[in-house]
Amino acid sequence: MSVVASAAPETIIEFRNVGYRLPGGNILLHGLSFTVSRGETLVLLGRSGAGKTTALKLINRLTEPSSGQVLIEGRSTLDWDPIALRRHIGYVIQETGLFPHYTVEQNVSLVPRLEGWPAERVRSRARELLALVGLDPGEFLQRYPHELSGGQRQRVGVARALAAGPPILLMDEPFGALDPLTRMEIRREFVALQERLGKTIVIVTHDTSEALLLGTRIALFETGALKGIYSPREFLLSSEPVASAYVSQLHALEEFERGK
Amino acid sequence: MSFTDFFSRHANEILQATLEHVWLVGATMALAIAIGVPLGVLVARRPWLSRPILGSANVAETIPSLALLGFLLPVPWLGERADRLAITALTLYALLPIIRNTAAGIAGVDPAVREAARGMGMTQRQILFHVELPLSLSTVLAGVRVATVLTIGIATIAAAVGAGGLGEFIFRGLAMVNNQLILAGAIPAAALALAADFLLSVLERRLRPAR
Repeated sequence: MSVVASAAPETIIEFRNVGYRLPGGNILLHGLSFTVSRGETLVLLGRSGAGKTTALKLINRLTEPSSGQVLIEGRSTLDWDPIALRRHIGYVIQETGLFPHYTVEQNVSLVPRLEGWPAERVRSRARELLALVGLDPGEFLQRYPHELSGGQRQRVGVARALAAGPPILLMDEPFGALDPLTRMEIRREFVALQERLGKTIVIVTHDTSEALLLGTRIALFETGALKGIYSPREFLLSSEPVASAYVSQLHALEEFERGK
Repeated sequence: MSFTDFFSRHANEILQATLEHVWLVGATMALAIAIGVPLGVLVARRPWLSRPILGSANVAETIPSLALLGFLLPVPWLGERADRLAITALTLYALLPIIRNTAAGIAGVDPAVREAARGMGMTQRQILFHVELPLSLSTVLAGVRVATVLTIGIATIAAAVGAGGLGEFIFRGLAMVNNQLILAGAIPAAALALAADFLLSVLERRLRPAR
């Protein structure tokens, strides 16, 4: 029995010196290099406009790099068929983007249907997914998105992204539009879900406590560049000025909560 | 002779003309939808095509209808049959509202929905047929409604080239200075327009996406 063989973790996503500029010439990202290993949750943290969302969209090729390359499972996104690549990667966005003319069931089972699963399997998968995200299938399958609360919509958005069992999940401020209590609740559930599913997740947020709670590692973005990648512990102790600015904001909050 | 007498005496003729009118309008709308919706999609997808397409449709709109029929008369295949000629001219008029509303409907689809659709790996075609068109259906239909009402009115001109319809009565009435004849064409045409407007607005409301 060799224990030694548990070599370095397998790299799933790799950014190699990636730059992205708008057609107008504005540089949104430059010199971006990092890797994401199988099963880890990488949080992209930074202010609005720091380039987090652009970096995320480079992964499922909603945008293409102007320089450098993004490798998914060792292959450049430009060498993937974009449709196959995107079906391989779940995608959750803040406004959820649920189809308003589809029921919850139709929304959730869209990708399996596009993939040509047999009807019976699609149906049982939809029930399974709703249960997974904590919604009663009997009650919710036939509802339309406008008949759901913000938190319920977000859960359906996660269920839809997980539908065809993609190994990678991208989330762009998935909990941003929720009220603080619902947000707290869904985050906790999400951590539990992640422990069960073991997906590779890249998640964009500007909320420090969310980053610390969800991330196995935190990638700090500032004006289109990566400042550094930290474990939550390293992040809290970091002397890097931008990182410590986020942390001191967190401390200020804590002190306020304790009462002066 | 009272007006009601006149109507009941000529009931068969009026019914005949109304059916011709409905056929002209129906054929026109089928053609205008078949051409206008794809053009509207094109306008929404390729902004640089929007000026030439909407511009041409706009120009067609400004040509007086009698003159348009005159222009089309010498065109080989078109000039051979009166209904062919009339339907072509009417279609040119009906295009603009349909193109414009289709483009507006597609442009109005929530960007988050389109982005989610792309991110899930739907092809452009799937996004168009499963997301964009269903979500803009009520807007497209509003354009169809405007075009239909417009066409019902303009179709009375078709009688000028012998394509029949309710315009027959109007032209005959004008020639004979007979108001009853004019009304025998105008009243059913107005009734048709109101009925079409009502039915299509009901349909439009039912298809409007909930939010």
